[in-house]
Amino acid sequence: MDKEEIYKLLEEIQDPEIPVLSILDLGIVRDVVWTDEELEILITPTYSACPAMDVIRIHIQMMLSSNGYKNVKVTQVLSPAWTTDWMSEEGKKKLKEYGIAPPNPKQQVCNQELFMAAEAVQCPHCDSYHTHRISEFGSTPCKALYACDQCKEPFEYFKCH
Amino acid sequence: MPENMLSKIDYCLHLADNALILCHKNAAWCGHAPSPELDIALTNISLDLIGQARNFYQYAATLINENNAKGDSVTDDHLAFLRDVNEFKNCLLTEIPNGDWGQTMLRQFLFSNYQYFLFQQLINSKDEQIAAIAEKSIKETTYHLRWSSEWVIRLGDGTPESHSRMVHAVQELWPYTGELFLPADYEMDCLKSGIGADLELLKKDWWNKTHEIFSEATLSIPGKSFVQDGGKYGKHTENMIPLLTELQYMQRAYPGCEW
Repeated sequence: MDKEEIYKLLEEIQDPEIPVLSILDLGIVRDVVWTDEELEILITPTYSACPAMDVIRIHIQMMLSSNGYKNVKVTQVLSPAWTTDWMSEEGKKKLKEYGIAPPNPKQQVCNQELFMAAEAVQCPHCDSYHTHRISEFGSTPCKALYACDQCKEPFEYFKCH
Repeated sequence: MPENMLSKIDYCLHLADNALILCHKNAAWCGHAPSPELDIALTNISLDLIGQARNFYQYAATLINENNAKGDSVTDDHLAFLRDVNEFKNCLLTEIPNGDWGQTMLRQFLFSNYQYFLFQQLINSKDEQIAAIAEKSIKETTYHLRWSSEWVIRLGDGTPESHSRMVHAVQELWPYTGELFLPADYEMDCLKSGIGADLELLKKDWWNKTHEIFSEATLSIPGKSFVQDGGKYGKHTENMIPLLTELQYMQRAYPGCEW
């Protein structure tokens, strides 16, 4: 079996919520294992209830079976827990071009400090750091809502997790 | 089925039920929260909770099926939609009416505070899957705890009106907090076998955090009060039957229906 070939096929599968990202960009494919004539793909969810997981699972099955792989099993693993650190640099670039601010490289949100200043997030449209947070939660579990004070455009931030 | 396996299944159901029932209560705010951002925030928290519930239900279903070779197999959907009220093992706190925004925020804080320290212990569970679910969930719960703490402070230390509403919310909810730390049989079994949390320890952590947030919120912790319990054994308040009627309606009326 050629692992590389399988990864090439997986690279073509998009995240249904953010179609510019492939599931490899997102860092949710953890391993590809070949056992007793069965091909097992290990994936991990971004958030516990990520609604895209079921769709991604089906897309992986379809992509591999239409390319001649017969016994494909997609298994969800929870540990180690997914983090935005696993998102590829390529993925971050694509996110920005798509109009979503990519996650900051350093973990700033997941702690217990109250009323802390919002993270400095760069506007994906005009590159200004004069932005402010509108809401810590957004249209999907992985995003927060921001607005730019420079170009006045609202935008989404893929929050650091 | 061995005794300790039964306890493990009950423990998973208890953890799942807590998350599912609070998720359902919070979801009722969808379209009614004070602002669109808060609407989105609370439904996002509900979504996290349903993901956690699903992970625990799926694990419980796996354990049930592995240990019940002859019987019909069950799924996470069966466990959520087809069990009766006396089979639900959620703490009473999760089924209390939403009240106003302040009461919902206080309930979220009291629960997230409990869940945060619970998962911190369960990360070290001897059961790999319980540890994995805890590891995954705690990142979300961290966010819920911080957000709800801020709301308790903002409203408690806010205007005279918001303060008096928070005082009322504390009176309403406090009698249900004691149950969180009264271990059920299955929780004690799971603690003994190294897979469950130590509620004595959890209570200390929870208490310290509650004390910290309440004092910033200028709210007092009530003195000794009556403890309402029974939820962990399926004895629920009068709120639970209407809640399940709504939650389970579709599967009861149209068995097996799918989107």
